[in-house]
Amino acid sequence: MRALAISPSVVARRRLSSLVWVALCGGCAAGVAVILLLIMGYIVHEGISALSLSFLTRLPRPTGITGGGVANGIVGSLIVIAIAAIMAFPVGIFVGIYLAVYSHLRLAQSLSFVADVLAGVPSIAIGIYAYTVLVQPFRHFSALSASFAFAVLMVPLVIRATEGAIALVPRELREAATALGAPEFRVTFKILLVSARSGIITGLILSLARVTGETAPLLFTAFGSQFWEFDPTQPMAELPLQIFTYAISPYNDWHAQAWGGALILVLAVLLLSVLARLSTLLGTDANARSAGG
Amino acid sequence: MQDMSDIKVSFARVAAPLPEAAARRAPAPQAAALPVKAELRNVNFYYGDFQALKDINLTLRDRRVTAFIGPSGCGKSTLLRILNRIYELYPGHVATGEVIVDGDNILAPGFDLNVLRAKIGMVFQKPTPFPMSIYDNIAFGIRLYERLAKSELDGRVESALHQAALWDEVKDKLRQSGLSLSGGQQQRLCIARAIAVQPEVLLLDEPASALDPLSTQRIEELIAELKADYCIAIVTHNMQQAARSSDYTAFMYLGELIEFDETERIFTHPKERRTEDYITGRFG
Repeated sequence: MRALAISPSVVARRRLSSLVWVALCGGCAAGVAVILLLIMGYIVHEGISALSLSFLTRLPRPTGITGGGVANGIVGSLIVIAIAAIMAFPVGIFVGIYLAVYSHLRLAQSLSFVADVLAGVPSIAIGIYAYTVLVQPFRHFSALSASFAFAVLMVPLVIRATEGAIALVPRELREAATALGAPEFRVTFKILLVSARSGIITGLILSLARVTGETAPLLFTAFGSQFWEFDPTQPMAELPLQIFTYAISPYNDWHAQAWGGALILVLAVLLLSVLARLSTLLGTDANARSAGG
Repeated sequence: MQDMSDIKVSFARVAAPLPEAAARRAPAPQAAALPVKAELRNVNFYYGDFQALKDINLTLRDRRVTAFIGPSGCGKSTLLRILNRIYELYPGHVATGEVIVDGDNILAPGFDLNVLRAKIGMVFQKPTPFPMSIYDNIAFGIRLYERLAKSELDGRVESALHQAALWDEVKDKLRQSGLSLSGGQQQRLCIARAIAVQPEVLLLDEPASALDPLSTQRIEELIAELKADYCIAIVTHNMQQAARSSDYTAFMYLGELIEFDETERIFTHPKERRTEDYITGRFG
């Protein structure tokens, strides 16, 4: 075998620079992980003592009276997010399909830009917008206005996820279906959308996770409540709002409840992220099978 | 002409492994008598400002295999994509001239694309199983054109899979995803899907280039069988494949049709210097 024409000093220099860069990247990655673990650890440490069955199943009680819970807040959050999803998912998916299929049109390109800008609008601004169009005219706060604000936050995320997932579908698949004589809507819904489904589902779940912890828009839309409320046209309790109220109060027992609520919120977002990850993994698995021989 | 004698020998060698295919290759006078299925007249093609095809004239005969060879970027795939107007998916792709199929100009603006694509099936280089079961992959195309009773549809699916020599391998797992098959099986599934809608012309765009040698051989055997019923146009980078499986060969270079003749003549007595250079491997 012919000897490699690289001098030992070059090899040493390469090893050293490789080591430096690997250490730098590894250090940053570790730093991020440590920060996350510290936050999680602290929330668990502070919140775990507040967690109990009664905390999850009871209404809030005034300070000084033990046994209060955040049940109405949890249910309220679920209702608001569910209604937001019903509003945002179809709109976001359809716009995403449009952007992916007609990506060459100027209208699609401008829409794509608009979606990006919308995704960057601060959530409190969107809350004010929802207040202006759905609270002020009706002269009272409502869960519905909170759902609307959440939906506005979610739509650009869903659009982007759908557009991206469809763009990843191999061009040949669309051509193959078209070559069989399938009309465009059938190609889109039976082939493109189905092929992209795991990516889209991931995007949907992440958009849910994004709004689960949102508090700012709730301040002047859902407003919060101390009682059970299931009518979305009325003010409704929300977990993030309860955490906010409890956390800025001067009472120690409410502080503990705020930590408990925060723990529930973090666990909910964690669960959603894991689900999104699973959906991606299952999708990648299917793609790998289609690519492999 | 030392080279040409070499080619004659090698042509005899590559054509030999499939004697039945060679036997099916009809002698010239008889071939000329077969009806013309498609005729390209003065066809030009543009990708935006770039002209990819220049004044192409040629004919595809029914129940014959026509191979398109040439170096990458010569326009052979583009030519195939004109025949079912699949290029129209992309803005800025424009074809001019006439393509006459069964007496009608399919490039005419009002021509019904559904009719065209029912008549002309296509198989792509990369296997393209749809994200659905093996059965539904085949039924997808049939359902576009016909409303059949379940039993009838079953029969059509089975016969398409039989024709594509895939039935024995998948008959017990028709409900499994088409993506679960191997690459070679996926490609035969795509061929089955194309012939299930009972087209008259099959366009094969490098159908075996992503497959292993064994799968390639099966696809070639399949082509030899299918040409009894279809007019087949195949694009290939593999010279032996063109020699083995086609009756006519078109050699293209830089968007022009350099030479078009019976395969045997192209590979043994090419008229053009460039054709000879290409098939002897001097460029390309």
